[in-house]
Amino acid sequence: MAPQRSQSARGYVATVSLPALPPPIGTSGLTGWMRQNLFYNLTNSLMTIFTVVLIWLLFSSASGWFVFDAVMQAGSKQECLKIDSGACWAVIGKRIEQFMFGFYPEAERWRPLVCFLLLFVAIGPLLLPSFPARRQMLWFSAFYPVLTGVLLLGGAFGMPPVKTALFGGFMLTLIVGVTGIAASLPLGILLALGRQSKLLAVRTLSVMFIEFMRGVPLITLLFVASTMLNYFLPPGTHFDLLLRVLIMVTFFSAAYIAEVIRGGLQAIPAGQYEAAQAIGLNYWQTTRLVTLPQALKISIPGIVNTFIGLYKDTTLVIVIGLLDPLGIGRAALADANWNGLSNEIYLFVALFFFVSCFAMSRYSLWLEKRLATEHR
Amino acid sequence: MKSTSWVIAGLSSVLLAGTAGAATLDDVRAKGELTCIVNTGLAGFAAPNDQGVWSGFDIDYCRAVAAAVLGDSRKVGFVPSTTAERFTKLRAGEGEILSRNTTWTFSRDVDLQQTFVGVNYYDGQGFMVPASLGVTSATQLDGASVCIQTGTTTELNLAEYFSLNKMKYEPVPIATNAEAQSNYLAGRCDVYTTDASGLAATKVAFDNPNDHVVLPEVVSKEPLGPVVRHGDDQWADIASWTLKAMMVAEELGITSQNAEKMKNSENPEIRRLLGVDELQGVSALGLSPDWAYNIITQVGNYGESFERHLGKSTKLGLSRGINALAKDGGLHYVPPVK
Repeated sequence: MAPQRSQSARGYVATVSLPALPPPIGTSGLTGWMRQNLFYNLTNSLMTIFTVVLIWLLFSSASGWFVFDAVMQAGSKQECLKIDSGACWAVIGKRIEQFMFGFYPEAERWRPLVCFLLLFVAIGPLLLPSFPARRQMLWFSAFYPVLTGVLLLGGAFGMPPVKTALFGGFMLTLIVGVTGIAASLPLGILLALGRQSKLLAVRTLSVMFIEFMRGVPLITLLFVASTMLNYFLPPGTHFDLLLRVLIMVTFFSAAYIAEVIRGGLQAIPAGQYEAAQAIGLNYWQTTRLVTLPQALKISIPGIVNTFIGLYKDTTLVIVIGLLDPLGIGRAALADANWNGLSNEIYLFVALFFFVSCFAMSRYSLWLEKRLATEHR
Repeated sequence: MKSTSWVIAGLSSVLLAGTAGAATLDDVRAKGELTCIVNTGLAGFAAPNDQGVWSGFDIDYCRAVAAAVLGDSRKVGFVPSTTAERFTKLRAGEGEILSRNTTWTFSRDVDLQQTFVGVNYYDGQGFMVPASLGVTSATQLDGASVCIQTGTTTELNLAEYFSLNKMKYEPVPIATNAEAQSNYLAGRCDVYTTDASGLAATKVAFDNPNDHVVLPEVVSKEPLGPVVRHGDDQWADIASWTLKAMMVAEELGITSQNAEKMKNSENPEIRRLLGVDELQGVSALGLSPDWAYNIITQVGNYGESFERHLGKSTKLGLSRGINALAKDGGLHYVPPVK
């Protein structure tokens, strides 16, 4: 349909621009997207159909076990089997509190819960620049570890003391993971700077520490924490097992962080150091204002990678008899009522770790984008 | 020079003093709590229940010691431990008693500076195979692949049994019972071997228990019992006689239900056990006269504990067998309470 020519004598030119036609059907909207991405050509279409069928098969066979035939309420595996043939999620329901708090006394469970909620208040100002009243809240963040310690251990302000041997489940994972992450970053930065230092003693010590920690598997360090340290300490001193584990995990992770940050420091052009010196900055000013901010930005993916690794490595504490979610799960399997439900329990624990690790990796992506200042 | 040697001497004395010196009983009383090293989870013997309270046959023993020493079976903390580090934990002083289905062997008793105080369960290693294999005896297992838990006495027993019978096998090493269960069911091994009690617990958890058979051969002696640190005889006596008191109570027919009434019994042994008449040496041991009464009323006698966690009414459904008292044809023969 060509535009009609004007019959008047004044000319053949249209006086107004014609409205744009919609794009041809099949190049825009949902159909367009599908044509572009799913049915571009024959191979593409076949692959799409094949994948859809595969997903459908997987979903239809798994959904029965996961959802439709699953049992939510029962007292034992045998009862589950009587009700339906699918997953026996009842074991998670019955033991959810153990999965969360371990053997923390029931009446005191509000304490870890409060700590958990306050964790978000404490890390909020650290992670998000737009946090309300950020400056004041940072003081709270600094005070948070002490607060958590007092709340969890008790023995002050009328709260009955709770022994760390009763800690377990996700609570234990979070304590070990968050402490390790929070404490190993500053330590790692110091070690990375130490390794590059011009002072021989500082450099040697840093190198020795880093190489020793990296040269030994975490599981070995945990065994040392659990058994060896007791022999070296004077008799009668009680050095809490959890504290020992926290220290070892922090040291281990700090060594890795140090190497990641050293990589970042080395990526900074020498011109930056020289420019800083030229305007009269001393070592600490150079580090704080020029080199370290850039190095940290470069190292974000590596740092988060190390943190995720550390977080998942907390499951290793099972070898020294601390009951993290995996340990609680195994203990549940040893209960004659729930014996044999490994699929349900391991899937549940896997889901927990996936959710927390995925959140961490998303945050790191967001942070990278926000800090991207280079011209790419 | 001189100062260096002093430092070394000081350090070594610190190291050597260890934890064995102090009287364990006083430590426990001072803490107000007994600490027991237990399994991280073994059906019937030790596992937390849905409420998060540890229970099981080995747990009951710990509670009995707490009842004897502190008068309250609830005053006990549990330190879960893996197979590999249980002895180290005991020696490092992380618990006063190791009650973790531990086999009493010569080298464990002698080498590792620890003392076995008795046997609370006579076990023995057995084999389980799928019924479809058609195997009826362990001597037909030549060439089989065998799922076996590492770091246990069962590993050595298996090797010895197969070499004695001139058979070959392929070991499939496994860390925990739950893992062994799934590996065996997935067909990664033809045979699963562990203590007979463990086999029973594993089998009963299967969806189709009747598809599997436990072979009649029991190829080893596995006397399981509690362990204490070497060097504190008073504590070893307490640990030992706590177990014996539970057995004597069963022998004399004292249960948690009738203990109060039994105090009026004419039988002098019952009267001595329950603290009605004087039992020579109790105070020297550092216990109160009602130590055994506390054990029996708060935990129960040996038979009650067995039935509660392992017996016919439980999912494990084990029979007493050789774990009956000697008077019933079993192996538990206890010295008299005199």
